[in-house]
Amino acid sequence: MATAQTTRRGAPSGRQRAVAERTQRSIRRRRARSHVMIGLMYVAAVIATLPLLLIVIHLIRLGASSINLAFFTQTQRPPGEAGGGMANAIVGTLILIGISGIVGLPIGIGAGLYLAEKRATLLATTVRFLADVLNGLPSIVMGIFAWQLLVKPVQHFSALAGGIALGAMMIPMVTRTTEEMVRLVPISLREAALALGYSRWRTSLSIVLRTALGGIVTGALVAMARIAGETAPLLFTALGNQFWSTSLRAPIAALPLQIYNYAISPYDDWHAQAWAAAIVLVGIVFIISLAARVATRRRYGTGD
Amino acid sequence: MTDVVARDPSQATAATGTPTRPSRSWTEIGSEIGDRIYSWSITGFAALVPILLLLIFISVGIAAWPALRTFGFTFLTSSDWDPVAGHFGAAPAIYGTIVSSILALVIATPLALGVAVFLSEFAPNWLRGPVAFAVDLLAAVPSVIYGLWGIFVLIPFLREFLMPFLRDTLHLGVLPLFAGPAYGSSMLAAGLILAIMCLPYISAVTREVLMAVPRSQREAAVGLGATRWEVIRDAVIPYARSGIIGGIILGLGRALGETMAVTMLIGNRHEIAASLFAPGYTMASLIANEFSEATGDLHLSALMAVGFVLLLVTFLVNALARWLVWQTAKER
Repeated sequence: MATAQTTRRGAPSGRQRAVAERTQRSIRRRRARSHVMIGLMYVAAVIATLPLLLIVIHLIRLGASSINLAFFTQTQRPPGEAGGGMANAIVGTLILIGISGIVGLPIGIGAGLYLAEKRATLLATTVRFLADVLNGLPSIVMGIFAWQLLVKPVQHFSALAGGIALGAMMIPMVTRTTEEMVRLVPISLREAALALGYSRWRTSLSIVLRTALGGIVTGALVAMARIAGETAPLLFTALGNQFWSTSLRAPIAALPLQIYNYAISPYDDWHAQAWAAAIVLVGIVFIISLAARVATRRRYGTGD
Repeated sequence: MTDVVARDPSQATAATGTPTRPSRSWTEIGSEIGDRIYSWSITGFAALVPILLLLIFISVGIAAWPALRTFGFTFLTSSDWDPVAGHFGAAPAIYGTIVSSILALVIATPLALGVAVFLSEFAPNWLRGPVAFAVDLLAAVPSVIYGLWGIFVLIPFLREFLMPFLRDTLHLGVLPLFAGPAYGSSMLAAGLILAIMCLPYISAVTREVLMAVPRSQREAAVGLGATRWEVIRDAVIPYARSGIIGGIILGLGRALGETMAVTMLIGNRHEIAASLFAPGYTMASLIANEFSEATGDLHLSALMAVGFVLLLVTFLVNALARWLVWQTAKER
């Protein structure tokens, strides 16, 4: 601005020069401020990723030495006796994930299909909203709910109750991802199927659902990864078990419960085992998440 | 479908006496029945979601009822928690829940907003993916692992370094907030771990609403001569404000209900203390910690009543957050 004025009107007066200087100062100040704020954002990004880095480092440093064959093949030893493993807890966690999938996936996918197909009905809006709210409810509340409904009446803790509590937690997550994925299916595909004489239900199930399957599988796996590490609901339902058990009607061991019990125990051996179990749990979560990524990639790869 | 007309006998006979359309084939009837079954079943699955929420409220409410009836409103205001004498008051747990969650938000919000703005506006492409992935991974780490890490890494760090540093080196010990012995297990430890845990939620929602801000909004600000920071502050953030607030409240919802990590770090003491260095309790940690030891029916019911309060509070907070985020998303 200042230079434009000087070229047009000849030599600038003292006042004009003062204004130009002020403007320049202000611009410099604003630029400096901008640089500082952007710098702070870089700092925020570094600080935010730091905890993850620290946790991974400590997991490996403190847990890797306790991972051996016995860890995967044996069960818990009494405190003070070195060795032992968490075979029962690993299997227990896999069983709990399995039950929760059987409970949560059909309901979640069905509800998601409804939301995608009857988008604007009152029920759809309500369900969409409540699913989001349900998704944010504390997991411990799910535990109390399952305890009151499934444990208290029969007077004993069970793997089934634990799986159902976790399955209930999956429902809202799977519902919403299914809805999003089904919505991505182009409407022309649906119209083409209907024009070829497909009935509505066959269009939905064999054309629309199949096209969206990759995304739905991803959503389901992400939900499974999230509930795999849940501990609080299991305190009220599966309870944990020192011994080998695969019965659905009895308490069952699970990795998160084992980590909790070992971490708050006073024994060094158990602390080391807790770190090892944490590696395995993170490993399970990581493998499921990785499978989710692969499922997504395949969806884009085939292009059908 | 139009078949209904053909099926109507009065209409068919009224005109010519012969059916206006050929009778329907079995396939057609079959697909109509299939459509109806399909429609009913997905409606049923969808209806299960509100039913589930209702069941949760009813079952937790029933479990809480004996304690709520016995103590009434004083349950929320009394600090007396004495299982032997049969007196139960949840005030310290409610206080601890609020303080630890607010502490978490105070620490996490600026960081989460910084990361979100960084990722949506400034990050070079090669950095965007990895940083976003790392922040998302923070949400995938199980709560119990945060607890484990907290017990063996964070607490010793607090006890031996951060707490003495705040209290003595910076002389903040004169404030009641930072006074008293450095136990390690404390409100501060719980607040820090909660901050780490709710950061990814806040930043994910914020990133999402920032992406929804139209390009023209930024271009207009640049055209008026704004610096890069001014574009963010004056054009982007005001546009996304309600969504960002929704994200923060969503983080609050997570912090209020977080159980395992807090139970392992907060020290579990039934007392309201002014200092952040002192141990405390939250509603969720109280339930998790005492559930297995609850002997009397009233004790158990008191824990369930704490759960009911927690359910009510988190329900309202989450509903508010969702509503705010939807408000912003709708403007897209």
